[in-house]
Amino acid sequence: MKSIDSYLRTRFMPHIWCPGCGHGTVLNGLIRSVDAVGLNKNELVMVSGIGCSARIAGYLDFHTLHTLHGRALAFATGVKMSRPDLTILVPMGDGDALAIGGNHFIHAARRNIDITVIVLNNRIYGMTGGQFSPTSGCGIQATTAPYSSIDQPFDAVQLASAAGATFVARTTTYHVNELEQLLTRAIRHHGFSVVEVLSQCPTHFGRRNGHQETVEMLRHFKEGTAKVGSRQLAEQVDLIPRGVFVDEERPEYCDQYAEVIQRAQAARAGGAGGEEPQ
Amino acid sequence: MARTAIKDIVINQEWCKRCGICSTFCPKDVFETDAEGTVTVAHPEACIACELCERMCPDLAIHLEYEPPAEAPA
Ligand SMILES: Cc1ncc(C[n+]2csc(CCOP(=O)(O)OP(=O)(O)O)c2C)c(N)n1
Ligand code: SF4
Ligand code: SF4
Ligand code: SF4
Repeated sequence: MKSIDSYLRTRFMPHIWCPGCGHGTVLNGLIRSVDAVGLNKNELVMVSGIGCSARIAGYLDFHTLHTLHGRALAFATGVKMSRPDLTILVPMGDGDALAIGGNHFIHAARRNIDITVIVLNNRIYGMTGGQFSPTSGCGIQATTAPYSSIDQPFDAVQLASAAGATFVARTTTYHVNELEQLLTRAIRHHGFSVVEVLSQCPTHFGRRNGHQETVEMLRHFKEGTAKVGSRQLAEQVDLIPRGVFVDEERPEYCDQYAEVIQRAQAARAGGAGGEEPQ
Repeated sequence: MARTAIKDIVINQEWCKRCGICSTFCPKDVFETDAEGTVTVAHPEACIACELCERMCPDLAIHLEYEPPAEAPA
C-alpha cells in the first residue's frame, strides 16, 4: 500500500485524541480501506459534524468539511447531489449520528443516497465530558447519570436497516482486519452504507464503567462479540453480532435524480419524455 | 511462497501516547515497556508480521518495514 503518511495531514500529528482512544484505530483502518479501494485523494470528500469522532476529518488529506453537530449528512447530501462522481465518507459519533442527527440519519438511509457512514460508537459524549448517549443503554454511569442511566439503547444496525440503508455492518476497534474489510465493502457499495464500529473512550466511558485500562475495553470487544452466523453467536445470545447485516441493491438517489432531470429537460423541449408541470 | 521478511519495526515516539495496546496484543511479545510506559522493540526476530500492532495503534505510530522481495530466479 501507499504510505499511511501520504493520506495524513502530518502537520497536525500527533492527533488530539486521548491515549488509547479507539477513534485513532478507526482512522488507521479507514486509511487502509481507502488504499484498498484504490481511490485518489481528490475523488474523496469527508464530511463530519462535531465530536471527538468528527475530528477525523481534520487529519485526512482529502477534501474535508467540518460542519455542525448532527448535520454532517445534510451537508454530505448537498455535496453528493452536486457532484455524484465523488466518493463521500461521513464519520459520526453515536451522539452526532443518533441523537441530534437522528433524523438526518434515517432520512439519508431512506433515500439510499450513495454515502458511506461510519458510526464511531463509544456509547458516550466524549468531547463534552461524558454525558450518556442514545447507545449507552441501561445501567451506565455518566456525568448526566450519576446514579446510572435508565434509557434503553438504540441498536444502530437495526435502526439503519429498518430505515433503508442498503449496506449495514458492525465491527470493533479490536477486530482490525475485519474493520478494513468492512469499510472497503462499504465504500465500494453503491448506495447508503453504514458501518458501526464499537470504539473505546477510555477517558469518559471506561473509567466510569469499570475499565481502568484501555486494553480491558478491547478485550471486552473481543469477548463480548461474535460473527453473525457463527455457532458461538447461536449458543451465546447475549453476544453482540459483528459482520454484514444488509447488502442489497436498490435504486440510488442521485441516479434517480439524474432521471428526473432528463424527464424535466425532455418536457421543456416538448419531447415525448414527460409533461410540463402545470 | 516464503514468508515476507521484516526488516524493522519502527515506533514513532513523537506520536506514540503509551497506551500499551501494541505490547498487550502482540502475540509474540516483541515489545518491552519501561516504568514510564515507553514501548520499545525488544525482540524483532520473534515478529511474525501479523500487522496487529501496526493496525491497532490508535496513534499510527508503528510501522513495519519489509525486506525488498528477493529477485525471482531467472
Ligand atoms: C448544536 C450543538 N449542540 C451541542 C453541541 C455540543 N456537543 C459537541 S460534541 C457533542 C457530542 C459528542 O458526542 P458524540 O457525537 O457521541 O462523539 P464523541 O465525542 O463521543 O466521539 C455535543 C453534545 C454542539 N457542538 N452543537
Ligand atoms: S474524550 Fe473519549 S472519545 Fe474523546 S478523545 Fe478522549 S478517549 Fe477519545
Ligand atoms: S499502540 Fe501505538 S500509541 Fe499505543 S503504545 Fe503502542 S505505539 Fe504507542
Ligand atoms: S507484527 Fe504482530 S508479531 Fe510483529 S510486532 Fe506486530 S503484533 Fe507483534
